[in-house]
Amino acid sequence: MMKGPRPDIDSILERYPRHPQHLISLLQDVQAAFNYISPDHINLICDHLGVPITKAWSVATFFRSFSLEPRGEHEIKVCLGTVCHLKGGERLVEGCERDLGVKRGGSTEDLRFSLDTVNCLGACALAPVVVVDDQYLPNTTHPRLSKLIKKLE
Amino acid sequence: MAKASTTPKMDDFRLGSVSDFAAYRDSLVAARDPNQPVIVVCHGTGCQANGSPKVSEALQKGIAAAGLEARVVPLIKNTGCHGFCSRGPLVIFQPAGLFYQRVKPGDAEDIVNTTLIGGKVVERLLYHDPHTGEPIPYDHDIPFYRHQQRIILKNIGKIDPTDIRDTIAAGGYQAMAQTLTTMTPDEIISTVETSGLRGRGGGGFPTGFKWRRAREYTILSPGQVYIVGNGDEGDPGAFMDRTLMEGDPHAILEGMIIGAFALGASQGYIYVRMEYPLAVRHLGIAIDQARGLGLLGENILGTGFDFDIHINRGAGAFVCGEETALLASIEGRVGEPNIRPPYPAQEGLWGRPTIINNVETWANVPHILEKGAAWYAGLGVSHSTGTKIFSLVGRVQNTGLVEVPMGVTLGHIVEEIGGGVPGQEKFKAVQTGGPSGGLIPYELKEVPPEELQLARLGLKSRGSLPVELKELPVDFDSLLQAGSIMGSGGMIVMDNHDCVVDVARYFLRFLQEESCGKCLPCRLGLTAMAEFLDRFSKGQGTPGDIDELQSLAQAIVDGSLCGLGGTAPNPVLTSIRYFRDEYLAHIVDHKCPAGVCRDLITFSIEPETCNGCGLCAKNCPQACITGKKKKPHAIDEKACVRCGVCRDVCPVDAVLVV
Repeated sequence: MMKGPRPDIDSILERYPRHPQHLISLLQDVQAAFNYISPDHINLICDHLGVPITKAWSVATFFRSFSLEPRGEHEIKVCLGTVCHLKGGERLVEGCERDLGVKRGGSTEDLRFSLDTVNCLGACALAPVVVVDDQYLPNTTHPRLSKLIKKLE
Repeated sequence: MAKASTTPKMDDFRLGSVSDFAAYRDSLVAARDPNQPVIVVCHGTGCQANGSPKVSEALQKGIAAAGLEARVVPLIKNTGCHGFCSRGPLVIFQPAGLFYQRVKPGDAEDIVNTTLIGGKVVERLLYHDPHTGEPIPYDHDIPFYRHQQRIILKNIGKIDPTDIRDTIAAGGYQAMAQTLTTMTPDEIISTVETSGLRGRGGGGFPTGFKWRRAREYTILSPGQVYIVGNGDEGDPGAFMDRTLMEGDPHAILEGMIIGAFALGASQGYIYVRMEYPLAVRHLGIAIDQARGLGLLGENILGTGFDFDIHINRGAGAFVCGEETALLASIEGRVGEPNIRPPYPAQEGLWGRPTIINNVETWANVPHILEKGAAWYAGLGVSHSTGTKIFSLVGRVQNTGLVEVPMGVTLGHIVEEIGGGVPGQEKFKAVQTGGPSGGLIPYELKEVPPEELQLARLGLKSRGSLPVELKELPVDFDSLLQAGSIMGSGGMIVMDNHDCVVDVARYFLRFLQEESCGKCLPCRLGLTAMAEFLDRFSKGQGTPGDIDELQSLAQAIVDGSLCGLGGTAPNPVLTSIRYFRDEYLAHIVDHKCPAGVCRDLITFSIEPETCNGCGLCAKNCPQACITGKKKKPHAIDEKACVRCGVCRDVCPVDAVLVV
């Protein structure tokens, strides 16, 4: 989530020397600062690193942590690691989809919420786990999650 | 994520020689008051999620309020994960090891008054043996810890990972200082070879052999060499690497520095999964502090050896755990694997020899050089030496992280350390090795006749599986023989509520999504396999389909480019090998014995048990549950989508699944 003033794109670019090896790191920083990567950002990154635009697009679309569309203000990530799957993670995703009216991977129209699934957060002892805006919710149940979503609305 | 602790201010000087280092360590040890109690508060991701930062704060406040400042002030230390995640937040009094579990901020006052001031134990916070009900005050007596042998995890839970002084006082960097000044690169490589260390990331490739090859290539073609730590722990259900990176980051750095010295490398990279923000933070702090003291960077400890480490954050692709894909991603490219050979030891980063090892492998290296190859080779069993960390999760009493010597039995880990399956006599199966591994059942249901004959005579045929697979030794080769792999060390315990068809389908879907798409067998083959399983889970298909699925799986094993595709069919193949009857139940009887596959089950409410609270009706997304308040409710089967919400919310377990 956004904390403090948003850094401008130039100051992010200046963090890295002009070498293609920094493409992924730069995309990550832009994603973190703006919540998504716009075509303009990609063009500026390519100019800075001397990387062809096609290559930047292929990288940005290959890795699942990059979003080319604006994400919601609150990010809900439901873990679907093996243990979370066994303990009902899938039902939590379905519950969120019903509550928010979006499918997994999508954002609500008002850009208040994004709903994502993650493969494993490595917190298997707490399964099923949901992370809302970097806060881990151990042994989550759907009623508790619904309540939290209502509170954030 | 709450901040674990603020970074302490470090001493502002560089250690110019090994004797400087020894003197510094002695001064750190001498500055410690052995009589000062230390209260350790676990700050692993699990305990933090359960509120340990607040517990730590409450303890600080409680001590200040009690006026203990004037007397012996205990040191409160926020450490990495203690492993016993299901009991968090954990608070431990060192050095005695008094163990408090599930501590809430509200307990702080009691802890201060009763234990710190009164010198007594707060009994309600102790761990109670689930079988006898007896309280067990000290950590080393608790079965979960008693049956472990902690070598790599030794310092985690004792040191503050954000303060390098704590690591150094506990013996950190000693092996490195010794190695850099008294050993030649060849001696280091020979030591690692003789120790028998095998890669902890999954493949189990002999580490020393890999180093030796890279060394040969660098002699043939002098120039830059790279060292890489693989912390891209993607297997669902595994969190050994996360715990190491969060709890003892210096052990990984130390191993990498030793490896760099042996290979003549000057640049290293650690690749960390993006889902592990705390690990990135702690590694970053560790690198800065080590660099500040002259343990990393230019002219390490005045030896003239330069080596530095850069952290690369993963970007969310499972395939990047595969070494060639990981290296591509460090170079800033799409994380697709390459055909091997050439192996990275020959041509890795930017075409130069590169040693890539899992971070747990790196953390083993300092121990081997400090205590010797013979000591290490004496741990575990032949061909699988040392200890291994496992994440024991799923349907088991004690979930968490355990470290045991290689070769202990599966049953020992699940039953002695894990405390068995809650409410059931035995586990149904254990999934090892994540999506590349397989399901290992409690016992063989259909034992080959010749095996049975030998078993009756009390003999074990050489190279055959034990009849009771809970007796299977957990080492690289035995697991492979059982059709699974060691993998990175994830162990997911399953019981009768878990359906093997569903689990196989889950892993296939996972891999199908994570397949990078470069080679055809993996890209299209996994999709075709998933279609088979989708049909089975709906009760469709014929018994002949199972054989067809097996032959398709074999084709994918044979034809895939990298380890992802090459091992992807393992969960399906082992589940068919050990649980064919369950597949037949789906296909022939149209039943899911575990009550998981939605198309084959029905939900109903047991009128005798239902208390009419109405929670199910309130939460049902289909609004298909009706009933008067305080009267038994009923589900309209036709409208029911079998989402399971009613079963989740029912406080009296009145929802039945058939």
